[in-house]
Amino acid sequence: MSPNIDLALQLLPLQLWNTIYMVAVSTFFAVLIGLPIGVILTITDKGHIKENASLYKVLETIVNIGRSFPFAILMVALIPFTRWLVGTSLGTTASIVPLTVAAAPFVARLIETSLKEVDHHILEAAIVMGSNTWQIISKVLLQEALPSILSGITLTIVNLIGYSAMAGLVGGGGLGQVAIQYGYNRFNTFIMVVTVILLILLVQGVQWIGNVAVKSILRKRGKLIYE
Amino acid sequence: MNEEKQPDPTPIIEISAISKIYKQAGIVTHALRDVTLAIVKRDIYGIIGLSGAGKSTLIRCLAGLIKPSSGKVSFHNSDISHLKGGNLRNFRLKIGMIFQHFNLLSSRTVAGNITYPLEIAGVSKPEQNKRVDELLGLVGLSSKKDVYPSSLSGGEKQRVGIARALANHPEVLFCDEATSALDPRTTKEILDLLKTINKKLGVTIVLITHDMEVIKRICNRVAVIEAGKIVEEGLVSQVFAEPQHPTTKHFIQGSSHEIPEEFFKPPSPNRKLLRLRFKGTAASEPLISQIVKKYHVDANILLGWIDRLQTTTVGTLIVELTGTAEGIAGALGYLTEKTVHHEVLQQHES
Repeated sequence: MSPNIDLALQLLPLQLWNTIYMVAVSTFFAVLIGLPIGVILTITDKGHIKENASLYKVLETIVNIGRSFPFAILMVALIPFTRWLVGTSLGTTASIVPLTVAAAPFVARLIETSLKEVDHHILEAAIVMGSNTWQIISKVLLQEALPSILSGITLTIVNLIGYSAMAGLVGGGGLGQVAIQYGYNRFNTFIMVVTVILLILLVQGVQWIGNVAVKSILRKRGKLIYE
Repeated sequence: MNEEKQPDPTPIIEISAISKIYKQAGIVTHALRDVTLAIVKRDIYGIIGLSGAGKSTLIRCLAGLIKPSSGKVSFHNSDISHLKGGNLRNFRLKIGMIFQHFNLLSSRTVAGNITYPLEIAGVSKPEQNKRVDELLGLVGLSSKKDVYPSSLSGGEKQRVGIARALANHPEVLFCDEATSALDPRTTKEILDLLKTINKKLGVTIVLITHDMEVIKRICNRVAVIEAGKIVEEGLVSQVFAEPQHPTTKHFIQGSSHEIPEEFFKPPSPNRKLLRLRFKGTAASEPLISQIVKKYHVDANILLGWIDRLQTTTVGTLIVELTGTAEGIAGALGYLTEKTVHHEVLQQHES
């Protein structure tokens, strides 16, 4: 492999940025959509503060359907929708659409799991103090489950980095596209290796930041059992 | 300020004929059956029962957390069992509740936990801070203001629970097995704190427990609950001195001294093992020596102890009487005449 540093410097910073942009924006939208769904799934479940079996069933079905699509198929199936929404099915902005659609149900499930870990007795105490539903969600559920939610979001970002590389294979931009165009089609092993290293560093970096954030909250709350 | 607030005969909470039925998978459970009680202002009212007796359901009905299947729960003469939404939340601001496992928010400091109900009630920030400092002083935790609950001991957590429950100046404090997770010494401290709160602030206290010591230590009245029914109710001094129901007797014996097995001998008309309970004036008469003289029986005192209750002291003696059958019958009649509560003990009874 002959190192082509000029090409690498010309391509990679921009495409790294594209990957970060795609992942950041789609994480933002996935949380924006997934968080309320996760909250509603939690509180409408049996025995929770706003039990509502039919609403729970409807949302659960949607989330399950969303999660059962393999990302590669979802991406292709969503092309008409993506075109309608952003005018094109190519490039980084277009990739954000399937990435968001894939991650939102995942986020909803993670949020639901985190919120259900909050002890029912604490909710009872909040209820008896006169809290309304919104206060229980914002001041109790989300606060108590914050470390667990942050772990979930970290996991979502890591998954989205993987998905974004897949989006790159079909013209979605970012490091995935570099890997397929230069590394695979043009047999440029050097570019391929550097791209893989960048992806590894990106995932490790995100995971590290996530872990630090979760641990610092747990430490503050005195809930870190071992260090 | 130091004036002690006495119970006021006006009922603050009245429950009339409440029942609670749970149906799950075709199985019907009667958690409460036709329960009627009245709790007066500034009283300390205890409800004692074993687990599964229905005491948790009862206190949750009183606090408006569970709606009874039938019957009525009144707070200051207005029915709270059918309140909804904002009206129910407004009622809840007038009550406080503490729990067996404290149920503090792990995401907030001690001060943050106490601030929570103040935020809910819409109290201004400066007022919140002032009230938090007052409450921390009251429960003796000023030094732990900015600490998170996980580093507190059980007793300290319950003090935070009490401060939080009192934040909005409630009229009633409900205690759901508040000392069951604490060691005996901490239990005493928490009970003393509750008593102080009752006396100083005039807060009515309703507590549920399975521990007779708790009732003895702070309660004025007690209700004994079993299988969803109130089987006995009255002043603690009365119930303690003259328990009527077997469950009540069981609780009282459980909290007192155990009678050694070897005291029990095969039943005979010439020998009886008795438990005598003295309270008030009965305690000042030399009853034992009187029956010995009058009925020519021998009295062998095997065991004796004194229980200090809120308003009175109850003395208990375990006595073995030997003599003629008539003599013993006469002695028992005399004790009844002198209103000394007495029971003939048989093996396996206690």
